[in-house]
Amino acid sequence: MKKELRLTVNGQSYELYVEPKTLLVEVIRNQLGLTGTKRGCESGVCGACTVILNRVAVKSCSVLALEANGGEVETIEGLAKGSELHPLQKAFLDYGAFQCGFCTSGMLMSAKALLDEAPNPTEEQIKEGIDGNICRCTGYNSIVRAITHVAKGQI
Amino acid sequence: MSKFSVIGKRVHNVDGPEKVTGAAKYAFDMTLPNMLYGKILRSPHPHAKILNIDTSKAEKLIGVKAVLTAKDTLGRKVGIWRRFPELCDEEILCSTKVHYIGDPVATVAAVDEDTAEEALDLIDVEYEQLPAVFDPMEAIKEGAPQVHDGVEFNINVTRHIEWGDVDEAFKRCDHIREDRFYCSSQAHMCMEPHNTVASFGFDGKLTVWSSTQSSYYTQVLLAGMLGLREGDVRVIKPHVGGGWGGKVELDATQFCASLLSMKLCRPVKIVFNREEEFTATKRRTPMYYTVRLGAKRDGTLLAKEVRVITEGGAYTCLGATTLYVTGFFSSFPYKYPNYRYDGYRVYTNTEPTSAMRGFGAPQATFVGESQLDMMAEDLGIDPMAIRRKNGMTPNYEIPGQAYIQSCGLHECLEKVEEEIKRQGKLSPNHGIGVACYSFVSGGIFNWFDTPYAFSSAVVRINIDGKVDLYTGACDIGQGSNTVLSMICAEELGVHLEDIRIHAADTGTCPPDLGAWASRETLMNGNAVKAAAADAKRQLLELAAAKLGVNIVYDLDIKDRWIHIVGRPERGLSYYDIVREAIRGKDGEMVIGRGHYTPRRKGMVSPAYSFGVQAVEVEVDPETGKVKLLTATTAHDSGTVINPLACDGQLEGAISMAGGYGFCEDQPMDNGKILNPSIGDYKVIRSLDMPKTKILVVDTYEPEGPFGAKEAGEGLTNPTAGAIANAIYNAVGVRITDLPITPEKVLNALKEKKKKEST
Repeated sequence: MKKELRLTVNGQSYELYVEPKTLLVEVIRNQLGLTGTKRGCESGVCGACTVILNRVAVKSCSVLALEANGGEVETIEGLAKGSELHPLQKAFLDYGAFQCGFCTSGMLMSAKALLDEAPNPTEEQIKEGIDGNICRCTGYNSIVRAITHVAKGQI
Repeated sequence: MSKFSVIGKRVHNVDGPEKVTGAAKYAFDMTLPNMLYGKILRSPHPHAKILNIDTSKAEKLIGVKAVLTAKDTLGRKVGIWRRFPELCDEEILCSTKVHYIGDPVATVAAVDEDTAEEALDLIDVEYEQLPAVFDPMEAIKEGAPQVHDGVEFNINVTRHIEWGDVDEAFKRCDHIREDRFYCSSQAHMCMEPHNTVASFGFDGKLTVWSSTQSSYYTQVLLAGMLGLREGDVRVIKPHVGGGWGGKVELDATQFCASLLSMKLCRPVKIVFNREEEFTATKRRTPMYYTVRLGAKRDGTLLAKEVRVITEGGAYTCLGATTLYVTGFFSSFPYKYPNYRYDGYRVYTNTEPTSAMRGFGAPQATFVGESQLDMMAEDLGIDPMAIRRKNGMTPNYEIPGQAYIQSCGLHECLEKVEEEIKRQGKLSPNHGIGVACYSFVSGGIFNWFDTPYAFSSAVVRINIDGKVDLYTGACDIGQGSNTVLSMICAEELGVHLEDIRIHAADTGTCPPDLGAWASRETLMNGNAVKAAAADAKRQLLELAAAKLGVNIVYDLDIKDRWIHIVGRPERGLSYYDIVREAIRGKDGEMVIGRGHYTPRRKGMVSPAYSFGVQAVEVEVDPETGKVKLLTATTAHDSGTVINPLACDGQLEGAISMAGGYGFCEDQPMDNGKILNPSIGDYKVIRSLDMPKTKILVVDTYEPEGPFGAKEAGEGLTNPTAGAIANAIYNAVGVRITDLPITPEKVLNALKEKKKKEST
């Protein structure tokens, strides 16, 4: 039996009908067509599906869509403002903080949630902030460098 | 000032803006109108006869559109060693026998994934279980269960490499060591799982979007298995979320989605779940190594004899190449005058083993670099000194095997040694270990039997001077789209933003063997450079006539300015000449073509990267836990085309190779992998990552485009050996089997204590 779901995603409000078992990631990817959010492990471990729900980074494969009812969701598609990239996106480009790109959306959302909460994190805090996001390509250090430079206001 | 305008600049990847905004589309993200979803039923047994498959209940489930088994195929077997039909041994959908837990037996297409999943439960497969064998050392014994009928002692492939007179040389050695090592498996664990969307139309043509490392291989192998002409199969590689050797061969998503789509004339998508990724794809080849190493008192290495038995798993895959590569790189990067290798790949009832980043060389390097430190200690020689004494030098030839032109190994040794000295005295339980490595820049072996050049490219110049570059090269995240665009821009004398690359679509791009063995920069780079040069020649012909240049002068293009070399002020605008060239060709575009196949460079690779890595570890003697603190690497990759991407490759390799060294493992119980999830399969995360330092050694590879060669894959080779050596230097225990877990370190420490007290 489908139930009503009201969500604001990247500032746009939606009224949807979903099965109780539907996951937030499924709504984002399949119903809203926002495929920038990925799915890597289906078990809340890899972080590829990270979005920001009510200002907190969550793994959208581990949140039932109805749990997010009435909530505000930010996905990677909402990070740039028009054609202007977010400073984190610019820094990821400049520091080569991505390769295959499959973890990048989740990584950027974790980084944004971290900086929203702690604008001046230590290197250790940055590493902790992205410890829930697995990147198989970069070895993380370039990602840490990119986030550090945004935090220091250098971009 | 750099002699290059584009090459050598730290630029972000050309597909970066798409990737940081979530706009980059992977096959994983694709849906087509009227699309169905497929799933695969797999064997729960490691070895069993298939007596019967009853699909009738599944077919009746509402929403199910097709259930297919081996009966619905042409009964062919696939293999990437096409020159050797007996090594094409994988049916994908098994007909009479399953060979490992996870072998596919049936595939379903339904309106959604849940329905397809439900249908799998309704398929009734009657099996007769057979005795199974999991360890190659058991499988090779007389009377062991036969994984494939008629294969004696389950020996799938043997490889022999030899030069010099090994037996005679051992007689002249002052000291000989014989040691045994075990190299474990490793999962590729790509963040994007294997997946495919296949669409067969009523026109009899198949289009496939797939997460692949080689759209060309996928095209050819699919055509063969499905009975289609190659030209009727178009394979498009969108963005790919990692490969590392795991997406080179034909996989079940590609085959089953295509088979279902041909049956139904509707698009079908299949995505592996994470458990399938871990248990039913391919993985790094586990190896048992026995090595004899002989040296003179002064540390001169005289002879080496290597015997390797590998766990092949159920099928050949690229494992036959891995068997060769591990034997070849066991002789690197040192000048062994006498060398003998015998390798045996043995079938077992386990998930097939194949290529993974380093292709057998990480195993060889772990073994070789561990044993070299042991030898140095026996002889009382400094580990760096023994490496310096025997290390390869430029223009070195291994008769019949390899011609090494550029080689910066000794410069790398020097740089790393300086770094180590700078660090000074270490704290207790800290140790530094060193390992040298080398790797190929693409493979020469043509076991695939392609009739095409290994790499080709087409450059097309539009009326406004913009350039379209067409290539079969596959960017799977390593950045080849950027590197190739840079090579094109440099050769043509335009800017990077003037290039638009179209890659890895077999319908529009010329063939390339794909992204494996670090081949794209050198091989496809040479093809791109040649194509750009061909287009440039057409412009220069016209410019020479217009400028009325004396025949003794040469023309070139830099920064969109066509000019006389040595007299740059005399020239013409690139834009003007492009317009006029097209007018002069009766309106035909300026099109350049280029291709490359390595020749006269031995049997293995046209060029080799070299490097040295030093890692510092801290060992906790109470728990056996090893912490990787720093990794300092000096590398010789020839001319570095894009330093930003090269650094990224090197750092990334450290995380994957560090994982191989001490945490990644796939334990099994009777052929069943026990940790098939990202939660249970331990990889290095941000907090575990060591500090990295990269030292570049400047060399020029004559065979590479603008002097470039391999970067990134080779750096998977040294880390495990460097870690083993560092642990020994920290706490005095030598671990010879991977991964180096706390348990192994702790047991070895206990053993050491016991020995010391008696």
